[in-house]
Amino acid sequence: MNQPDDAEIVHFDNVGLRYGTGKEVLTDVSFTLYSGRFYFLTGASGAGKTSLLKLLYLAQRPSRGLIRMFGTDAITLPRENLPGFRRRLGVVFQDFRLVQHLSAFDNVALPLRVAGVPEREIVRPVTDMLEWVGLGDRSHARPATLSGGEQQRVAIARAVIGRPDMLIADEPTGNVDPDMAVKLLRLFEALNRLGTTVVVATHDVHLIQKMPESLIMRLDKGRLSDPTGALRYPPRRVSTPPRPEVLGA
Amino acid sequence: MSVLPAMVEAFRGEWRERASAESRLLPQGKLSGPMPWVIAIMIGLTVVATASGLALRNTASVASADVAGGVTVQIVHGAPRERDRQAQAALASVRSAPGVVSARLVPQAELDALVEPWLGTSAGDDVNALPVPALIDVRLSGSANEAQLAALRTRLKAPAPAARIDAQASWLAPVFKAIGGLQWLASGLIALLAFATVATVLLASRNALTNHRTTIEIVHMLGGTDTQIARIFQRSMAVDAAAGGIGGLMLGLVAIVALGRQFAALGSGMMTSTGLGMIDWLVICCIPLAGVLLAVLTARLTVLGALRRML
Repeated sequence: MNQPDDAEIVHFDNVGLRYGTGKEVLTDVSFTLYSGRFYFLTGASGAGKTSLLKLLYLAQRPSRGLIRMFGTDAITLPRENLPGFRRRLGVVFQDFRLVQHLSAFDNVALPLRVAGVPEREIVRPVTDMLEWVGLGDRSHARPATLSGGEQQRVAIARAVIGRPDMLIADEPTGNVDPDMAVKLLRLFEALNRLGTTVVVATHDVHLIQKMPESLIMRLDKGRLSDPTGALRYPPRRVSTPPRPEVLGA
Repeated sequence: MSVLPAMVEAFRGEWRERASAESRLLPQGKLSGPMPWVIAIMIGLTVVATASGLALRNTASVASADVAGGVTVQIVHGAPRERDRQAQAALASVRSAPGVVSARLVPQAELDALVEPWLGTSAGDDVNALPVPALIDVRLSGSANEAQLAALRTRLKAPAPAARIDAQASWLAPVFKAIGGLQWLASGLIALLAFATVATVLLASRNALTNHRTTIEIVHMLGGTDTQIARIFQRSMAVDAAAGGIGGLMLGLVAIVALGRQFAALGSGMMTSTGLGMIDWLVICCIPLAGVLLAVLTARLTVLGALRRML
């Protein structure tokens, strides 16, 4: 198992975000994420989870504050350098954002093709990944013919296929049955064990309980609280012992 | 020895693979809709306008070369005997004048043929009663200028006082002016068609960008570069423009051939003596290529400009 290290991967300092001239949806958000750790981002609907994730996956610039990612100032990052950073991220969008005219296979292969991976090196990992998420027999299906849960699994497969440095998932188990949710969580955990930093936004308490080793960030009306000490350095680990069934024993 | 071809083949394979993978990112058939047809029309019109401009230029050039050194001496006299005497005297004087390459008295038969459409030659037509001038067709070694004309006038004043001397080019000056105007018109049409092509491609690219915005955002989020996305649009536009360009060229060639036959049927010396040369046909065949390049460049700049406004 790959041990988490203390390398800073993301640092937010007094970050604020407002859309247009509206009021701030994120206020004075400051935290540091460390490489190889597993984070849950919780909060009620409208608390600002998706907005915070947008800042994390560089889809939005903050209105104020400082953001450092992978040791680089993300605010002043030249636009032409953004693709290189984004290729280090895997993102599971809340609305899946699958390309409708592409098959499940092509959707999952998309990050590899964008990264210029030769076609002969794409087939095997994509097929394996689709098998893993239980969609081996639906690889040629278009998103419109897939159920919500199946689409979500395709979105997750797409996010993890490139072995990203950081996986960001917005409500990744919202549309799948409990068994599949646990399976997907195990996939995230396996990736995390391989060194990928995982940030999962959810308000599913049961899901969080299944990962007792995780660190929790809670958003409340755009402000961040720190129930597990995840935002302090060194992060305080949750003391609750993990349940045996959660560990997959 | 076989390393270079192998490398080239590997590169081509890699490029084809990448192009194929990238082209799948956006649905190709729906990128530009009726674009090939629009481009075909634009290219067809451009081909016709260019061919017309080139043919007019050739016409003006040939006609100008024909008449540039030509001078006409008219002996206008009511008495046929005196007219003929002065004509012979003028011919002898002109032939020995400096700068004259040749001079010939236009035979009566040719004169009759010239006036026949207006005056007729059949019995009853009183053509012989009309004082038709005697004509001397003079060829100078260079273009006829005012100084040479003045020298000829002075020289003929004594032997042929009824002589009138004109440069042939001066008669055709209004025709050359009109041809020049038509050439400018053809150039203006070509420029307008190029502008219309750019505008059409620009609108089509923007429209395609709007239609595929979601996909483009996803590709961006997955680390796709602006250049990758622009390449997809460029490729699609190149295919559309090539198809439209070939169609437009065929359309234009049919129109040129049809127009050529119409002008040939006129039987006018000026129209039948000119046409399109090898270089002209080469220029015309390059128009679709220029259209493709223009469309691809426009699509690229439009897409890159629009993408730059996205994060």
